[in-house]
Amino acid sequence: MISLLRPALATVGIFTLLLGLAAPLTMTGIAGAVLPQQAGGSLIEHDGRVIGSALIGQDFTEARYFHPRPSATTEADPDNAGSTRAAPYNAAASAASQAGPSSAALLETLRGRIAEAGPAPVPADAVTASASGLDPDISLENAARQVARVAQARRLPEQRVAALVTATAEGPELGLLGEARVNVLRLNLALDRLTAASRP
Amino acid sequence: MTATGWAQIALVLAVTVAAAIPLGRYIAAVAAGRVTFLARIERTIYAIAGIDPAKGMGWRGYTLAMLAANAAGFAVLYALLRLQGMLPFNPQGFDGLTPWLAFNTAVSFVTNTNWQAYSGEAAMSYLSQMAGLTVQNFLSAATGISLALAFCRAFAAGGLKELGNFWADFTRITLYLLLPLAIVVGFAFVAIGMPQTLAPYAEATTLEGAQQTIALGPVAFQVAIKHLGTNGGGFFGVNSAHPFEGPSALATALQIWSHQVIPFALALTFGHMVGQVRQGRALLAVMLGYVLIATALVYAAEAGGNPLHIAAGLDPAQGNMEGKEVRFGQALVALFTATTTGASNGAVNAMFDSFTPLGGAVPLFLIQLGEVLPGGVGSGLYGILVFALLAVFVAGLMVGRTPEYLGKKVQAKEVKLAMLAVLVLPATILGFTAVSLVLPAAVASIPSAGPHGLTEMLYAFTSAAGNNGSAFGGLTADTPWLDTTLGIAMLLGRFAYVVPVMAIAGSLAAKPKLADSAGTFPTHGPLFAGLLAGVILILGGLQFMPALALGPLAEHFVLAAGRIF
Repeated sequence: MISLLRPALATVGIFTLLLGLAAPLTMTGIAGAVLPQQAGGSLIEHDGRVIGSALIGQDFTEARYFHPRPSATTEADPDNAGSTRAAPYNAAASAASQAGPSSAALLETLRGRIAEAGPAPVPADAVTASASGLDPDISLENAARQVARVAQARRLPEQRVAALVTATAEGPELGLLGEARVNVLRLNLALDRLTAASRP
Repeated sequence: MTATGWAQIALVLAVTVAAAIPLGRYIAAVAAGRVTFLARIERTIYAIAGIDPAKGMGWRGYTLAMLAANAAGFAVLYALLRLQGMLPFNPQGFDGLTPWLAFNTAVSFVTNTNWQAYSGEAAMSYLSQMAGLTVQNFLSAATGISLALAFCRAFAAGGLKELGNFWADFTRITLYLLLPLAIVVGFAFVAIGMPQTLAPYAEATTLEGAQQTIALGPVAFQVAIKHLGTNGGGFFGVNSAHPFEGPSALATALQIWSHQVIPFALALTFGHMVGQVRQGRALLAVMLGYVLIATALVYAAEAGGNPLHIAAGLDPAQGNMEGKEVRFGQALVALFTATTTGASNGAVNAMFDSFTPLGGAVPLFLIQLGEVLPGGVGSGLYGILVFALLAVFVAGLMVGRTPEYLGKKVQAKEVKLAMLAVLVLPATILGFTAVSLVLPAAVASIPSAGPHGLTEMLYAFTSAAGNNGSAFGGLTADTPWLDTTLGIAMLLGRFAYVVPVMAIAGSLAAKPKLADSAGTFPTHGPLFAGLLAGVILILGGLQFMPALALGPLAEHFVLAAGRIF
């Protein structure tokens, strides 16, 4: 048995150095040099400060912005040690609702959101919580239903807002994989640019 | 379900099988020691470790060496996790893990399970992710493949005493198969949006003026091996559903490719190693058949949606979207789900806990079938070969002949050992689940009322014993009871299974290799494939039916009747 000690410890030790340090650190260096944007988290800067990541959803509640999907992420509750409170789009703690299909609480929550988002039928992504709590996208149907509200809040013609949604929307990748969608942060950035440009 | 959805499924599977064909041949060459492009590194490792790669080992020696390597891996990982608070590459300043969580996590990654009772971005330093978890992603995968190669060698000739050298297999698989693939796939992942950085979490000021902390890390390389090695342990808490760990539908498709390609290739490697490629093709056909059926079931259930939610005013067009991301679509979620549980990977791109009852039953049942469709890297191959031995035994009983598989007589000793191995899974899963459903400290971990709560506990022990690692994530898993018992379930599922399997290999290796005769039952045609599929379903699945009836099936019917909890 003792004779197994040396090969076991030596292989685990060498592979820890090779696979756990040398390979990932080399890769981090090369990726950072060749693909700095992606390797750094696809961060978006605006006027010299980071306003988010193109891949990570953020919370929007104002009427003049398109709203993302409901998010189930939480944060530590400062008033109540050991428990958490709702904190949508907390990108330091991804989470889903984990509510089961026969959950009465989930059905109650959905009914409340459907009543707010009405009229039924409501696009499913508009009222259900995503898997990550950080979904950056909404469906085109969901975006279309928000156009009137956003246009009114910004005093823009509905057609211009709708055209912006169409221009920002992405189809399935390679024309086949996944779903058509629109990235909420990119759409709202484009909206802000449009509003700024149309101001005298 | 749509035609476009099925086209996506067909494309991903076709590309995977196309890559598995040359890869299967390549792995056979690695196993034979014919691949040498990193010979200098390989020789250095042998020299430092005192290994003679040419020295053959019997089944006992091979198994003991495997256990020693895994014990050393466990010790190093456990120490890293406990001490991470004092070690470098920890920009968020995370403390060391508690003893039971460190035990659970170390066992989890050493056994290729990658059950996660923690959330990566809230608990793990970059050092723990890289030097701890990533390393075990490689080594547990190399362990599984090495064992499978040893098992294949038992059929190569008659009267064999040795099954190869564990240290040589372990080193070669890591250097020539896993590392090059992980580097290529890792760079592809960075190119399509996965971070690979040591920078601390980014601080952003959102358009509405709120502060958002964005977790980052050396994600891409770890995620590459997490799929290639069928490990499944996510860098982030929500695994491949996280926009950094699954940034696009293309990324999710590439992940499906990555966790299927080696298990598929190994079925063909088996064919090459026994000198009859068609024997491997028969195994691959059974695996593919189950993957397709399982994908169709999940796709139908999830695209159909939840009847109560639709009645409440939800548009059914997108299907069940609770716990799913917009960018993937139901077809790639279904294929990911069927392949990650069929392949003992355990990564997820959607949350099983929020699946419809039948959609969630499919991943559960696929794990219970024994993780052989196609199963984990290596473990899937030796697992399906155990079922193949039982299938020829059943066929032999029907015609009254001594069964043979590839010229090796399958006798009472092998069948007893095979049944011993096959029974590890139901005994572990059903035993621990039963205890945990009556113990108040364990019941407190269950979040859901009604039959769904039973499914959540059943899934946890199924996932642990099957070395899968996926979860019905609502369960509060980080408790002393569940950390410990799930850890034991993972150890039993890996090692209590593999010791009898290696004993079978040793016993078969020593037997003479008989030439085919007119009475030989051919094991490469559709008749055998059908028999094997049936044996997997009956021997692997039947004993779980009562539990499934009380969990997901009961939930399906009460949900259809409008009952909620």
